[in-house]
Amino acid sequence: MDFYLNLINTIGIHTMLGLSAYLLLQTGQLSLAQAGFFAVGAYTAAILTVIFQWNIIPAVLAAMLLAGFLAFLVGFPALRVKGLMLVVATIAFSEFVRMFFYNLKWRVTRDGEEIGPDGTMGFAEIRYFSDNGWSNLDVTLFLWTFVIIIMVVVWWSDNTRAGAVLRAVGEDELAASSVGINLTIIKVSAMTVGGFIAGLSGGLYAHQVTSLDHHSFTVLLGTFAIAYPILGGLSNVFGTLVAVIFIQGLLVEGLRFIGDWRMILFGLLIVLAMNFKPLGLFDKQTVSMVKRAMRLKT
Amino acid sequence: MLKIKSISKHFGGVKALNGLDLEVEEGVIYGVIGPNGSGKSTLINVICGIFPPNKGDVIFQGQSLSGKPTHQRSKTGIARTFQNIRLFPSLTVWQNLWVARNSVEDINTESRFYRWFGKSNIVKKEIKEMLEFSNLENRADELASSLAFGEQRRLELARAVATKPRILLLDEPAAGMNKDEIRDLDSRIRNLQLQGITIILIEHVMELVMGVTDRIAVLNFGSKIAEGNPQEIQKNEAVQEAYLGYSEDD
Repeated sequence: MDFYLNLINTIGIHTMLGLSAYLLLQTGQLSLAQAGFFAVGAYTAAILTVIFQWNIIPAVLAAMLLAGFLAFLVGFPALRVKGLMLVVATIAFSEFVRMFFYNLKWRVTRDGEEIGPDGTMGFAEIRYFSDNGWSNLDVTLFLWTFVIIIMVVVWWSDNTRAGAVLRAVGEDELAASSVGINLTIIKVSAMTVGGFIAGLSGGLYAHQVTSLDHHSFTVLLGTFAIAYPILGGLSNVFGTLVAVIFIQGLLVEGLRFIGDWRMILFGLLIVLAMNFKPLGLFDKQTVSMVKRAMRLKT
Repeated sequence: MLKIKSISKHFGGVKALNGLDLEVEEGVIYGVIGPNGSGKSTLINVICGIFPPNKGDVIFQGQSLSGKPTHQRSKTGIARTFQNIRLFPSLTVWQNLWVARNSVEDINTESRFYRWFGKSNIVKKEIKEMLEFSNLENRADELASSLAFGEQRRLELARAVATKPRILLLDEPAAGMNKDEIRDLDSRIRNLQLQGITIILIEHVMELVMGVTDRIAVLNFGSKIAEGNPQEIQKNEAVQEAYLGYSEDD
């Protein structure tokens, strides 16, 4: 049972991470900085509950705000680089964040034992849930409440004018600015909101895994973050969820027995997906095909 | 309303615009013609702020546009269409117009938040009217990329008008059109003039330019070689030789 709850938690966390990149990708910004904002959210929330004994909800919300603010700051220089250079710049940012936390040593003694981030030894003992008597099921429901909220909010915003403007900017910046859209405001806003969401999911992640290690926040995580919405399609929030279930559920867990061959299979699947479904699994064509099929059935 | 003051723009060694002077009065349909490479598209790009001029200034309604970015110029009332259509292909027809309907006037009728996240009845009514004007009501929920060529041109025009401009710059809107479509475009342009929009028409298709414009400027090598009403331009010898390809003696 615990194994499945763990998997469901991972899917939830990664879905939120994917959605944080989803908005950015819609504006045409290919950013691998989500792992950095995720890390900031994770360590901030954990430090607040462990060292400052905060309640989980304000801790996670504060982590979200800090990550979002950092994303806002990153958003401006990000405007000056495009395409591949933005990928490189955001990788550099995420690595910087990871190295910062790798070196962060902030030990505090409480009740006779030392707690807090311990530099290269990582940050263990994030025991908020167990200290407060939460069962594993409680944790899963708590986490997924946030996931559902974020999914609903992003799905709703996709259908507003703001959602259309985001995608317009991603498709054609020249045309967008010609109809009065301020590209700077849109792109920095997308980066900031992406930072909020990534920070939120990081804060939840830290308490769910109970110990943080810098290995969790590498470029690979940033790549996963953008892979989910790209695979799932940028027109639909559910695409990202399906992509996460597919990658985490099927590939990572289900094919664990294949061992290292998994990476080869992973790469092969990405190549196939790009070839046959370049707009993602849930592109507009597929969605309208499914809609038509459902109408025919009734 | 719009004054082009001695604009020069060069790209490396190529002088696209060379000391160009134009003045467009409010309410006219002003044609700009000239051979390929005479600087017509560069002129639109300079007016819209895509390239800053090397020399000279663009004055709109008495105020210099110097230093203003493209989106701000759109907000002051300058709209344009593109020579090769630049719609938002993955958005629907309705969404293409919705994105553009962003003019400053709306701040008084709707709050800022509502403009981004709401869909008021005013918005729905206005977009519906624009769709009807463009004969695109039935295509409202179709992706822009699935439209036929003529429909895409009409949508491109409608989207520019959706920004509620004072002046509209049309960059070769008749390219690729057949006679019926050109006649349709002619009546649309006249209709927009009646709605109070000043129009600058950059075109190669002579029957449209001569038929619909009040005044024409002829460019060659980045500067103005003639200006006048359509009859005067057709009779102008310098224009005939440089561009229209015939002279009275032929």
